[in-house]
Amino acid sequence: MSTMKRLVRVVPTKLMLLMLCAIGLAAHSQWAKAQSNLRIVITEGMNNARPIAVVPFKWDGASILPESLADVIGNNLQRSGKFSPVSLSNMPQFPSSDTEMDYSAWAQKGIDTVLTGSISAVQNGQYLVKFELIDVLRAQLTGGESKTLIDGNLVMAKDHIIVSREKIILAEDFRQYAHIISDIAYEALTGEKGAFLTRIAYIVVRDRDTDPLPYQLVIADYDGANETRLLSSPEPLMSPSWSPDGNKLAYVSFEGKRPQIFIQDIYTSQRTRITNFPGINSSPAFSPDGTKLVMVLSKDGNPEIYVMDLATKELERITQNRAIDTEPEWTPDGKSIVYTSERGGRPQIYEVNLATKRSKRITFDGEMNLGAAITPDNKHLIVVNRTQGDYHIARQDRETGDMLVLTKTFLDESPSIAPNGSMIIYSTLHEGQQVLSLVSLDGRFKALLPATDGQVKSPSWSPFLL
Amino acid sequence: MLTNNKFRIALVALAATSLMACSSGPSEEEILAEANRQAAVEQAEAEKSRMERETATVARAEAARADEMTRLRAAAEDQKATLVNQNIIYFDFDVSSIKPEFISVLKKHADFLVANPSQTIVIEGHGDQRGTPEYNIALGERRGQSIETYFSNEGVSMSQITVVSYGEEKPAVMGTSEYAMAQNRRGVVVYE
Repeated sequence: MSTMKRLVRVVPTKLMLLMLCAIGLAAHSQWAKAQSNLRIVITEGMNNARPIAVVPFKWDGASILPESLADVIGNNLQRSGKFSPVSLSNMPQFPSSDTEMDYSAWAQKGIDTVLTGSISAVQNGQYLVKFELIDVLRAQLTGGESKTLIDGNLVMAKDHIIVSREKIILAEDFRQYAHIISDIAYEALTGEKGAFLTRIAYIVVRDRDTDPLPYQLVIADYDGANETRLLSSPEPLMSPSWSPDGNKLAYVSFEGKRPQIFIQDIYTSQRTRITNFPGINSSPAFSPDGTKLVMVLSKDGNPEIYVMDLATKELERITQNRAIDTEPEWTPDGKSIVYTSERGGRPQIYEVNLATKRSKRITFDGEMNLGAAITPDNKHLIVVNRTQGDYHIARQDRETGDMLVLTKTFLDESPSIAPNGSMIIYSTLHEGQQVLSLVSLDGRFKALLPATDGQVKSPSWSPFLL
Repeated sequence: MLTNNKFRIALVALAATSLMACSSGPSEEEILAEANRQAAVEQAEAEKSRMERETATVARAEAARADEMTRLRAAAEDQKATLVNQNIIYFDFDVSSIKPEFISVLKKHADFLVANPSQTIVIEGHGDQRGTPEYNIALGERRGQSIETYFSNEGVSMSQITVVSYGEEKPAVMGTSEYAMAQNRRGVVVYE
């Protein structure tokens, strides 16, 4: 929620404008704490994950801190699959900065990377947070006293300190700042941008016999924290999809007893109905530049792919055949769309060039391939692959066409990729319940997000939010 | 009653004429004219009562027709109530063609809809949990459309029918047992 508050604080004029020029429908939704309570349970770790110590941040105040920064950071790094955080009992000491480090004690334990930090109270209920990311091996080599030549003068470089930062934050921003520290450490150590300050949107379906509004559109931090319900409905909600600025969601609602596509601002809850055509209105997805929405409409007889210009509402029909065409997703350059088509008999993935409208089939392995997504670097296609009746998430190399099945869970569907391309979130069946699950792009790290209440489905990973 | 009064007036008038005639005696013409007047009155009377009988007959027929309509409407309601309880047909996995065993029940719906052209329906198409939600929306619509096509071939007007696919979003039975999934792959005819 802290991220949300912050963003709302930043854009008050935009908020007012939206409220004033509201032309959409008034959603019967409001900010409400959702109840499905996701948490991440790692089911398959990586044995080559890199050890890292996230030392509890030093705090000399008397009050209890709103959140343990070290816990949130450690969990984040562990869930990336690339790090193996060291337990407290395996830490030889608890330094709060580089000056308190005994390098050889850490080196003896085989711990090459240490994150230290401290928190102190400043006025107005604010906190000063400092942290340092330390390369133990480099520090041992230089004795922590490395020097470098700058303008002909030898100066202290301390190049074993990979990152050193400090920032004054509010109590409610602790969790958000822990995600920012995680992103900084992750990027410094892997060279890849971190995706810890991101969100997921998903659909929760409560008991339809007892709950008058069983279908709920929910957003949460990527780790399931800060769950917030955006909409509750008596009729199905489907296919949430983020706008590239992370401010809006497009989705399908059956509140009108038939499918219609809506776009909803997640901060104001203001929503606008985008389509109300006869037949299917489904699978909306924003173009990478946010100006267009690709969708599936069957108004002309059977499901076809259309692109709508969001400013003019003009529709352009992309596919033209008597078979089912659905599940469109943009390529990262916005010039093509991949989609599911059963024009060859069984559903397979096709790619259409928007300039030429020419389609070509791009998946050939397995009985069916559906629900495609593309990694941000455009190197991989992620699909739901059916082989011998089993539905699993698979990854296909865009260049070689080689396909690798990544999951072993049951009835896997709706894959959505983290904006840094490191992880895939998808929906699966676990002990008879529909739950969300995570798998790393190489398939070696796996985690479940069991929910305490209801079926959880249709996850959509947000873009980077900062 | 009015007729009787008129009749009496006519008799008095006739008597008066006769009295007047006594003084001078009615001419042949006068007697003939009087007979004609009398005949005209009688004819009017006969016409009047014939009209009355006819009106009564029409009213009786109308009442009978109304009774028949009520009876038919009630029968239609009964028929509709029966049809509403036989409104689900099931499909095989990844298939949208209608199984032969469901033709007879669909025929009853079609006959009813042809006989009651103001009746509109929604055909819901549903799928099981296998496959992706969006693909199942497409499959559900195709199932709904195959029922729509059957109805249309039986003479039901397309304006009576709306197809809505719910895909796998409204399972009839929760779970992924063969039984649950077979129950969920269905088309439902909903009367509005």
